[in-house]
Amino acid sequence: MPDSTLGEADGGPTLSVEGVSKNFGGVRAVASVSTAVTKGEIFAIIGPNGAGKTTLLNMVSGFYKPDEGAILFRDRDIGRLKPNEIAELGIARTFQNIALFRGLTVLDNLMLGRHVRLKSGVFASLLYWGPAQREEILHRRRCEEIIDFLKLSDLRKTPAGALAYGLQKRVELGRALASDPTLLLLDEPMAGMNQEEKEDMVRYVLDVSAEWGTTIVLIEHDMGVVMDISDRVAVLDMGEKIAEGTPDQVRADPKVIQAYLGTAH
Amino acid sequence: MFHRESGYYKTTYKGDMAFYPLPVGRWSVALVGFIFLVVIPLFLDPYYLSILCLISIAVVGALGLNILLGYTGQISIGHAAFMSVGAYTAANLITKLDWPFWLAVPSGGIMAAAVGVLVGIPSLRIKGLYLAIATLAAQFIIEWVINHTPAISGGVQASIEVPRPVVFGEAMNTEIELYYFLMAFAVIAIVATMNLVRSRVGRAFIAIRDQDIAAEIIGINVFRYKLYAFAISSFYAGVAGVLYTYYLSIANYEQFLIVVSIDYLAMVIIGGLGSVLGSVFGAIFITLLPIVIRIFMDSFGAFFFDPVILAQVTAQFRLILFGALIMFFLVVEPEGLNRLWLNIRNYFRIWPFSY
Repeated sequence: MPDSTLGEADGGPTLSVEGVSKNFGGVRAVASVSTAVTKGEIFAIIGPNGAGKTTLLNMVSGFYKPDEGAILFRDRDIGRLKPNEIAELGIARTFQNIALFRGLTVLDNLMLGRHVRLKSGVFASLLYWGPAQREEILHRRRCEEIIDFLKLSDLRKTPAGALAYGLQKRVELGRALASDPTLLLLDEPMAGMNQEEKEDMVRYVLDVSAEWGTTIVLIEHDMGVVMDISDRVAVLDMGEKIAEGTPDQVRADPKVIQAYLGTAH
Repeated sequence: MFHRESGYYKTTYKGDMAFYPLPVGRWSVALVGFIFLVVIPLFLDPYYLSILCLISIAVVGALGLNILLGYTGQISIGHAAFMSVGAYTAANLITKLDWPFWLAVPSGGIMAAAVGVLVGIPSLRIKGLYLAIATLAAQFIIEWVINHTPAISGGVQASIEVPRPVVFGEAMNTEIELYYFLMAFAVIAIVATMNLVRSRVGRAFIAIRDQDIAAEIIGINVFRYKLYAFAISSFYAGVAGVLYTYYLSIANYEQFLIVVSIDYLAMVIIGGLGSVLGSVFGAIFITLLPIVIRIFMDSFGAFFFDPVILAQVTAQFRLILFGALIMFFLVVEPEGLNRLWLNIRNYFRIWPFSY
């Protein structure tokens, strides 16, 4: 166990995955993958379908428990924690298939994203006037900042389920940002978007990184996007990590070319 | 077009988050309040006041069930059992220890909440139909335990007589006094629920209802919040049970059978799931339904049925209509009476223009 006073502040990794494996029955979805994400970088995970990318992300966010290995977030082992405990530590994520609270307004979705930063309990909520109201107003301010940032001002009172697909993806990003995360996990943030929506989303991801210094891990299939915005890229294939490095290094790696294109026989 | 919404600018978040940001909303609420607090008690016959008393009690109970079913998405078919827990707790405290109402009412609620948590800890690990069956079991277990423990119920098939509540040295003996007494609790319950659902805990409930996986990922401890919902819901049920005991001057397990649980389910479904106003509409509707049917059958029943069987027909008719109405609402207007009300309101918002 590393000394918890060292690490991130001294240039150590924000997230480090150490020899993590996950089996589903006989299928080895993730096979002893190790990698580390440095503070403030944009780290992409790519790979063909079924390579274990989402499984890896699900282990970091606590949905699955790794069968082997350890996941360290700011030098703390989070491999056994529940998703809600991991969220409290400062990890937020979005989903490949949008998982918004469809009946609630955009604003309420963001306020829910901020749940872990609010403290009101049952009694304060029932009474409302006083501490709970002050808290609501205080955190509403932060949510409004994010609404401005994502240009959702005119939609704040619209039910999330009534929005177009691209906007829903943006609201989901907003909900993740609302908790002021240290580490942001994005599972295919640009999937199913048109070119214009993709460009918008890329801009927001870069802005989040630049403005708040949030460490970002993203899974993405659009190679153009990945190669443009990532500081480093890890490539998974059949559950194993076959390459890691800067976009240029990865692009030139013969194993990556083989995994994506296959080889001539 | 009775009012215009434009021109009212909200310059603070507090103003934007108020219950009724528009003056027309505040005036409407003031008007409804005036009618219920001044006009009705002055002019209404005691018989109708007693119906309003029943409605007030039903509002408290229905709000409780709506927090659980409508807002958190967890079903309970044992609501009446939790009412009986509150009722018997208070009845014993009042008769044996002479506790005043302001201690007895919350004690009944707290005891019901405690039993609710006890039932919830095993039950809330399962979902949907399985949870329904678990709460159904709780209904029968609680019913049986109360009935067969003489220390609680005073013996099998017995009932406990409870004196009327005393407020500021004055016993609430007349219908008007009881009306004000019960209405006060209904108003407190309504305001508390509205507060709950617009702040942190209530939002977490809705998150669990809509997307329990996403709720977990944003940091909500799903199991704990389900338990909160169950406890709050049972607390409301317990309070409603105590109020009903005060109203009847008697605690009797037959007032809290499974049929009553079904009545409350009907209230929140017909009124509107996940809506405070819907709970009120549902409580009014389901309380009035048997009364309206009876008045109708008293007046016109003789045209259709033999007087000998009329009484039986009336009783059955209520059940048939009840089932038919629940089916009707589930098919035609799943969002219940509240949705109808919103449709009417939205129509008149821009009336007489079409948009």
